[in-house]
Amino acid sequence: MIKYIIRRLLSTIPVLFGLSIILFAFIHLLPGDPVAALLGQHATPELTVRIRELLGLDQPLWQQYLGYLGQLSRGDLGKSIINNRPVIDEFLIRFPGTIELTIAALILAVGLGIPLGRYAARHPQQLGDGVVTIISLLGISIPIFVLGLTLQYILSVQLKLLPTSGRLDPRIDIPTVTNFMLVDTLLAGDTGAFVDALRHLVLPAIALGSIPLAIITRITRASVLDVSNEDYVRTARAKGLTERRVDSRHIMRNAWLPVVTVIGLQVGGLLAGAVITETVFSWNGVGRWVVEAIQDHDYFVVQSSILIFALIFLVVNLVVDVGYAFLNPRIRYS
Amino acid sequence: MSLTTAERAPGAAARASRGLWRDALRRLLRNGPALAGLFFISLFVAAAILAPVLAPYGPLEGELSGRLQPPSAAHLMGTDLQGRDEWTRILYGARVSLQVGVISVLMAVLMGGLIGSAAGALGGRVDNVLMRVVDVLLAVPGILLAIGIVAWLDRGLPQIMLAVAVTNSPIFARILRGSLLANREMDYVIAARSIGASRLRILTRHLLPNSLTALIVAATLALATAIIDVAGLGFLGLGPPDPRTPEWGTMLTDATKFLRQAPYLIFFPGAAIVISAIGFNLLGDGLRESLDPRLKK
Repeated sequence: MIKYIIRRLLSTIPVLFGLSIILFAFIHLLPGDPVAALLGQHATPELTVRIRELLGLDQPLWQQYLGYLGQLSRGDLGKSIINNRPVIDEFLIRFPGTIELTIAALILAVGLGIPLGRYAARHPQQLGDGVVTIISLLGISIPIFVLGLTLQYILSVQLKLLPTSGRLDPRIDIPTVTNFMLVDTLLAGDTGAFVDALRHLVLPAIALGSIPLAIITRITRASVLDVSNEDYVRTARAKGLTERRVDSRHIMRNAWLPVVTVIGLQVGGLLAGAVITETVFSWNGVGRWVVEAIQDHDYFVVQSSILIFALIFLVVNLVVDVGYAFLNPRIRYS
Repeated sequence: MSLTTAERAPGAAARASRGLWRDALRRLLRNGPALAGLFFISLFVAAAILAPVLAPYGPLEGELSGRLQPPSAAHLMGTDLQGRDEWTRILYGARVSLQVGVISVLMAVLMGGLIGSAAGALGGRVDNVLMRVVDVLLAVPGILLAIGIVAWLDRGLPQIMLAVAVTNSPIFARILRGSLLANREMDYVIAARSIGASRLRILTRHLLPNSLTALIVAATLALATAIIDVAGLGFLGLGPPDPRTPEWGTMLTDATKFLRQAPYLIFFPGAAIVISAIGFNLLGDGLRESLDPRLKK
């Protein structure tokens, strides 16, 4: 098992390395000039040259890349060209927002998707199955921004049930500790604020969770149906086991595998979806920050944040693969 | 090996196989959801082709004095913030989505197909390097990659097509490589090799045709993703360079500021995107079932 983990860990290194080269090349070929963007109307030829030297942009590309790698190995992700703040600081402030949103969406998708899928599989070709199939079809066909805006209109603007955007009512003042709103409000001992943070989380989580919900529902339904037709399930029934026991010991045990894999694969999609969800709901997270950085040509922010995104994605995939190997011994020993 | 008609059970003759494509078509036409998908797609394609005929106004035509009017007999879906007819712009928007969607998926099939067949056919080190490139592409969240490409190459329809194509291409690379590897040791390939067929001939005449069905299904489903991605880019402000171009995602962004006064400006473009995406998703699933009858339980 340990050997397996180490092997998988090592295999992510070339991917990250390749990504750093591609990103570096990519970003330095961007048409906008960062120095021009930085100086704006104050740009004079002399000043431009000096800033270029200061940022090391006058060196040959390969030297800049080596310097960049050296920085990375020291854990230094560079500074924002726009406000000169270290990328890592800004990232750490915003990342909890994205995690909070992503986890909420994932809980929703898993918590609803698996029961729905199991229900549909137990009543195949019946009304309930049809409804579940339509829900999952809609889930993958409605873009996040369309669903988000529709929810905003119906539940916030019309019914006034939930707040439209943001992470917390601006009138609530609580000390920032972890940047996880749900945690910070609890630490402040303010239940009202906690409920408010939770209410802010509902709509973005539904919008972001809709696609994984649809996919998890589909795969659970297919997987349970598949396993239910196996001979050993029939044998278990023939032995006179209760339906509950057949379900928990014989069907679900085996049906879990594809479901777990798919749940893991959703995390990448959730991070991508967070970019759009955060834009729709003015959610202060990493996704919105990256979009803004791209529009401002803030090179180091773009470069480093995409690298971090990819790293997270790779780590999650690793965890999923290890979990899978844990659940399925056939993989561990191959 | 083959049974003569007389030996078959009565009635079986009528259902004798007439080849992969005819069989698949027959199954597809009996598949309700797939037909619904075809119906939605035909709405979408008809809107794109017939836009100039169906549209009561020009897509850029409008008076500021007539802005944000709710739906009425004169303006079926109301007017937008420039006073332009929303129904007209939705029809013309279908042109942009269809054009960008189809071209970007074709590009993705071509790019992914080249990478996948090179990896699958050549194997060894080439396979290793190419698949790592695919891993890198898959490691970046799709929309971020697309945003990055459009930001890098500047806004424009060809850039959007390329961005959407690149984000969708890894799927095709994987499918093709997987199918090539799976079929490489099949009897019919060994047979072809044993009679002296060249590698290129085996690839183009034997292996690729056998991967075709999987590619067609993936491409149909990718059309749904592509339409959503294009609208997503538009929504993030990276749509066509001319802000007046009727594009569904861009139309939505413009409308977000007027959610209270003019919610119909969200619903109609939103519904247009959803209907087209549902169409391709339904057809893709239907194609999967009819091209590979073993999948149907």
